[in-house]
Amino acid sequence: MSNGLMQPPHSLAALLLSALLAWGLAGTAWAKLTIEITGGVEGAQPIAVVPFGNVDGARPDVDIGAVIAADLARSGKFKPMPRREMLMTPHREEDVDIREWQVLGMNSLVVGEVMPRATGGYDIRYALLDVFSGKTLLVDTVISTSRGLRNAAHRIADAIYADLTGEPGVFATRIAYVTSGDDPSRVALRVADADGFNAQTIVDSAQPIMSPAWSPDGRWLAYVSFEGGQSAIYVQDLGSGRRERIASYEGINGSPAFSPDGRKLAMTLSKDGNPDIYVLELGSRQLTRLTTHYAIDTEPAWSPAGDHLVFTSDRGGQPQIYRIAATGGMAQRVTFQGDYNAAADYSPDGNSLVMVTREGGRFRVVMTDAQGGARRYVSNGSLDESPSFAPNGNMIIYATQNNGRGVLAATPVSTGASHRLSRDSGEVREPAWSPLLR
Amino acid sequence: MNLHAHPLIVLPAVVLLLAAVAGCATQRPQPAPPSAAELDRLQRSGDGAPAAREPAQPRSPLDDPASPLYRKVVYFDYDTTEIRPEGAALLRTHANYIYQTPGARVTLQGHTDERGTRDYNLALGEQRADAVQRFLIAEGVPAERLSRLSYGEERPAERGRSERAWALNRRVELVY
Repeated sequence: MSNGLMQPPHSLAALLLSALLAWGLAGTAWAKLTIEITGGVEGAQPIAVVPFGNVDGARPDVDIGAVIAADLARSGKFKPMPRREMLMTPHREEDVDIREWQVLGMNSLVVGEVMPRATGGYDIRYALLDVFSGKTLLVDTVISTSRGLRNAAHRIADAIYADLTGEPGVFATRIAYVTSGDDPSRVALRVADADGFNAQTIVDSAQPIMSPAWSPDGRWLAYVSFEGGQSAIYVQDLGSGRRERIASYEGINGSPAFSPDGRKLAMTLSKDGNPDIYVLELGSRQLTRLTTHYAIDTEPAWSPAGDHLVFTSDRGGQPQIYRIAATGGMAQRVTFQGDYNAAADYSPDGNSLVMVTREGGRFRVVMTDAQGGARRYVSNGSLDESPSFAPNGNMIIYATQNNGRGVLAATPVSTGASHRLSRDSGEVREPAWSPLLR
Repeated sequence: MNLHAHPLIVLPAVVLLLAAVAGCATQRPQPAPPSAAELDRLQRSGDGAPAAREPAQPRSPLDDPASPLYRKVVYFDYDTTEIRPEGAALLRTHANYIYQTPGARVTLQGHTDERGTRDYNLALGEQRADAVQRFLIAEGVPAERLSRLSYGEERPAERGRSERAWALNRRVELVY
C-alpha cells in the first residue's frame, strides 16, 4: 500500500485511541479454527515427510515435519505417507537410502533437522529429494524464532510446493473472517493462519461487522463495522492495530476493495440516493463516483491489472455481474446465465471469475471465464457465499453451512481434496484469503 | 437500539406476520383471518377506556400493546421492496401519528433474509427502508422526520433456516 494512508491522525486521535484500546483488549489469541479434509484425494502425489531430527539439544515445541505434511495434504495435490509406515527416519539427504522409498512407492521425500541458534531460536535445515532419480531438488536452512516455528514450517512447505508444482504455495498466508460465538449478536473480525492456527481478533463488536478485504501487501484490512450506529468503512493496520474510519457517509458504506496497487479503495456508497460504486484515492482522499444508476450497484472487485472492476447490479431487474473501466464509462453486462449472479471475484491471473449464483432456490459458488462463460459449479450447498481465490489461484474459499452452522470451505480449482474450517461452536463466515505475504 | 433486548416490540409483529403469511401464501391450507382482522381487534381494544383511566401517567400509544401504533414492523416478499396491503395500512397509521406528534422522528431500519450475498442484501435492505420512507412522505410525513438505516441480513429478527424465519426477517422496523 502507498505510504499516504495513515499519516493524518489530527482529527482522528480519539478514534485511533479507541481503536488501540479495542486492539489491546482483543489482542489475545482465541481458540483456533478446526480444520478438516473433506474431499477425496484422487491424483494426489505420494510424498514422505520424515519427522525432523532435533540436533544439539534442540527442543522445538512444534513438530515441523507434521506441519509441513499437513500443509501439503491440505493443498489436495499431495498425499503424505503416514509416519507409522516409514521404515527409516533419516534427517539428512546423505543418510537416505533412496531404494527404500522407491519400494514404498513415494514420488518425493523431505528430510530435515532443527538446531538451536546461539542467539536464540532455531536453524531448520531441510532437503527435498526426487525419489525416482535420487536427486536432491532443494536444500535450504530457514531461521526461526522459537515462537515462529509454525510459520517457518509453512514457508518450508511453500518452497516444497513451489518446487514440485511450479506454482507458489499459500501455506504461509492468512485468512480473515467474521465469526460469532454462542451469542450470535456478538461478532468479531479475526485473522488466522491458513491452517486455522493463531487466530487473532482484529476487532469485535455487538454490532454487525462485514466484508473484510486485504490490502495487496497484506498489512492492512478494510472492513465494514456498524459500531458507530450505522455502517462505516475502516482500514486497520494489522501490525499496530491502529485504524482509521475511511468512509461514514449517510446510508450504506460497504464492500471495500483495495486496488491491486493498494492506492485506491473501491466501495459502495448510497450517500447520493441509492447504492453506487465509488473509488477513493487513499493518498489524496479524492472520491470518484464510478457508477450512476437508480438500481443497486455493489460488490466491486478489481481486475488483477487494475484497469477495470466487476460489480453486482440489478439494473436489468435481477442481480447480475457487470464490468466497468476503472476510469468509469459504460458498464457492460458479464453474466447472462441464471437469474441471480452476485459477488464476483477475479482469479489472480484474471482469466476466471468466481461468484454466487442461484439455481432452483439454492445459492452456490460458480466459476466462469472472465467473459462470464464456461460456468462450472464449485460448491454444492444451498446457502454458499463470499467466494474468493487463494493468492496462487489454485483454491477457492467460500462460506457454507455444515449441520446448520456457518463454516468456511476451501476447494481446489482443478482436482484434489477440499477442506473445511469451523469453530467448535458458533459461526464462521465471509472469508478473505490474504495475498502472498513477503 | 438493540432489538434483541426488546422482544415485546417484535412479538406482536410476529403474531401479525403469521396471520399475514397464513392469509397470503398460496400453499397454506387454512385461509386464516388475515392481518386485517387482527388489526381491527387491536384497534377496538385501543379505542377503549383503559388509556383514559390512567390520565396521571399518559402512556405513549407506541408502548401500548392495545394501540395499532404498537406494531412497528412491515414485512416484504422475497427479493422485493413492494409494500403489501397490510403494511400500507400500518404505515398510514404511523404516518398520521408522526404527522400529528411534534418532535416524532423515526429511523427506518431495513432488513433482509439470509439468502443471497451479504452486500447485495445490505443494498436491498436500504431499498426497503427507502420504499417505506417514500410511502410515509407521500402520506404527508415531513422528510426531515425520517432517516434510513440498512442492516441487510446481519440482524435477523428470527434465527433459523426456514420459510417462516425468512418471512419474519424481510422487514422494515420503525424505530422512534
